[in-house]
Amino acid sequence: MLHEPIPHLKKLVEPDRVHRLAYTDPEIFELEIKNIFEKIWVYCGHETQVPKPGDYQTFTIGRQPMVMIRGKDMKVRVLYNRCPHRGVELCGNLKGNAGEALTCSYHSWRFHLDGKIESIPLMKGYDGTRMNADNPDCSMRAAARVDSYRGFVFASLAADGPSLPDFLGEAKIGFDDMCDRAPAGEVEVVPYCHRVIQHSNWKFFMENQLDALHPSVTHQSTGVAAAWVEREIKQKTGEAPPLYYHYLSAFTMSFDKWDSVQTLNYPRGHGILKGYMGLRPSDPDTNAYVAEMVKAYGEEKAEKFLARDIHHVLVYPYLSVQSPLQQIRVLRPIAPNKTLSEIWHFRLKGAPEAIYRRSLWYYNLVNSPATMINADDLENWTKGQWGLESSGMDWVSFHRDYGRDQENADGSIYSKNGTSEAVMRSQFKAWTEYLAGDK
Amino acid sequence: MASKKPAKKSAAKKPAAKKAVVKKVVAKKAATRPVAKKAAVKKVAAKKAAAKKPAAKAGAVDTRRAVEQFLYRQSEILDTRQWQSFIDLFTADGVYWAPITAEQGEWEGSPSIFAEDKLMMEVRMRRVLHPQAWSQAPMWATNHIVGNVVIEKETATEVQVRSRFHMMELRRDTVRHFGGTYRHTLVKQGGGYRIKLQRVDLFNSQAPYDYVLQIWV
Repeated sequence: MLHEPIPHLKKLVEPDRVHRLAYTDPEIFELEIKNIFEKIWVYCGHETQVPKPGDYQTFTIGRQPMVMIRGKDMKVRVLYNRCPHRGVELCGNLKGNAGEALTCSYHSWRFHLDGKIESIPLMKGYDGTRMNADNPDCSMRAAARVDSYRGFVFASLAADGPSLPDFLGEAKIGFDDMCDRAPAGEVEVVPYCHRVIQHSNWKFFMENQLDALHPSVTHQSTGVAAAWVEREIKQKTGEAPPLYYHYLSAFTMSFDKWDSVQTLNYPRGHGILKGYMGLRPSDPDTNAYVAEMVKAYGEEKAEKFLARDIHHVLVYPYLSVQSPLQQIRVLRPIAPNKTLSEIWHFRLKGAPEAIYRRSLWYYNLVNSPATMINADDLENWTKGQWGLESSGMDWVSFHRDYGRDQENADGSIYSKNGTSEAVMRSQFKAWTEYLAGDK
Repeated sequence: MASKKPAKKSAAKKPAAKKAVVKKVVAKKAATRPVAKKAAVKKVAAKKAAAKKPAAKAGAVDTRRAVEQFLYRQSEILDTRQWQSFIDLFTADGVYWAPITAEQGEWEGSPSIFAEDKLMMEVRMRRVLHPQAWSQAPMWATNHIVGNVVIEKETATEVQVRSRFHMMELRRDTVRHFGGTYRHTLVKQGGGYRIKLQRVDLFNSQAPYDYVLQIWV
């Protein structure tokens, strides 16, 4: 623990720059786990990940091993994945089905799928002690609060705090946008997950997501290579190349163009990067999909949904929702310099298969463990972490366009230019408030 | 790094040449034995066939040896960074695919680690060779071993082969290990083979990746 958390932290964050210790200090990291990750609403998974009773998915909230499990009553619960007796992990896999009950491998305590104690061998051994079946300490502990938003399940380990809709605030649009793009109004998880370790502080990822200056520098090699193949296809076939090459070549846009893409920054550190890829082509697949949308919602509403101009939405401090490409990236911080990222993909219910397959290319090309895009990001963040661990210089600069952001009455900040570091300034404002215990 | 053109040339010639060498070696070994060479080869083949489940046809040993040489050469090509030669090993409609789980059956339509046709392989090659491929700047190298080669099926035009691989990868000061199963669908072409589908099942495909893979496994 920090000896003087608040004054110390206030010295670390200035409106236009941040001390490097925010990225490297183990004590600060522990404080982040305690005051942020183990308090706020953390994404657990999608309801469709656990369709049947007994289906479970394990994950962490801060340092806590958790399990999302569906009960016989079809309710999805989030429980601490440990036996109340001696602490042994109960659901031993990333995902699976617990069957009729959860059984501890150590002393065979058995629990109903809702976490309540079912049986303990030789129960009479507890006669006269304070441990009996009526004692809640005999059952698995549940997360203090569980809620879901359009099928996306969140849990908070703190009994008090803002509701899930309040916490998500403007970032709700990420889930709305993804679901509204489905003719059936909901999405279904694709039951595979890319999991990649980042050798950097979680903030590198969050800042990078809305950093519009980096793509044409960092991803130049892949962008140029994809643009070359696009030209080859055009020359050889006379036809437009498949859209997925554009996912890659779009990264080479000029600095000016990137500067024209706006970022919207909201209270609690959430943010939106507006669209730039032009994901509304007029090929037969898209037209068939648009027809389904019109059938489902009517002309006006369908157009409203399809015209939304979002590239991704950030739920600070750990989630990136890329609604028009149906994917989310979830951070699970492990150490100041180590972060696990889970990358999930979704199907739009009621949309033609071709629309899914098209977005799948993006999921694989940009985020798979063999990605040609994220590889260079990860390299930047690793090198950045090393630099911030050195005492060469103490301050991280967020001066770009400082003082030129548009500050709105509702507390939101719109960047004047896409490359404004308003994003990082806004995130650190929220970070300081969290660590000081204000939120 | 090998330049594009000579690599292409060698790739076009090699399959046929290698096969001839393989045949010669087989013949030479057989000749040193007291029995007539053809009979000796057949005897060995028959013995091996008896140990295998599907009845092997005559020439199965030749096929296995030629296929092994092909697999070894693909490993060498990767370890010596001859990217164009790697791409040239594939048929025009060839696909390199690494699924996430063994249950996945089709290269298109579900999430994958690699899912690349020849054009996407071209993107990867050009990206890796680009001077601003930042993640390629640190020292790196790979070392492949291929073994446990099993011919699963052979027809007049195709060979289906399963093998195991182990790849060590050096990156900066760290060595990582990747292992798993290759499944090559090889098409007989010009006395050699071309890859119609290379399926790569990494045995650790569902574990978190410590950093990412840069080039084909």
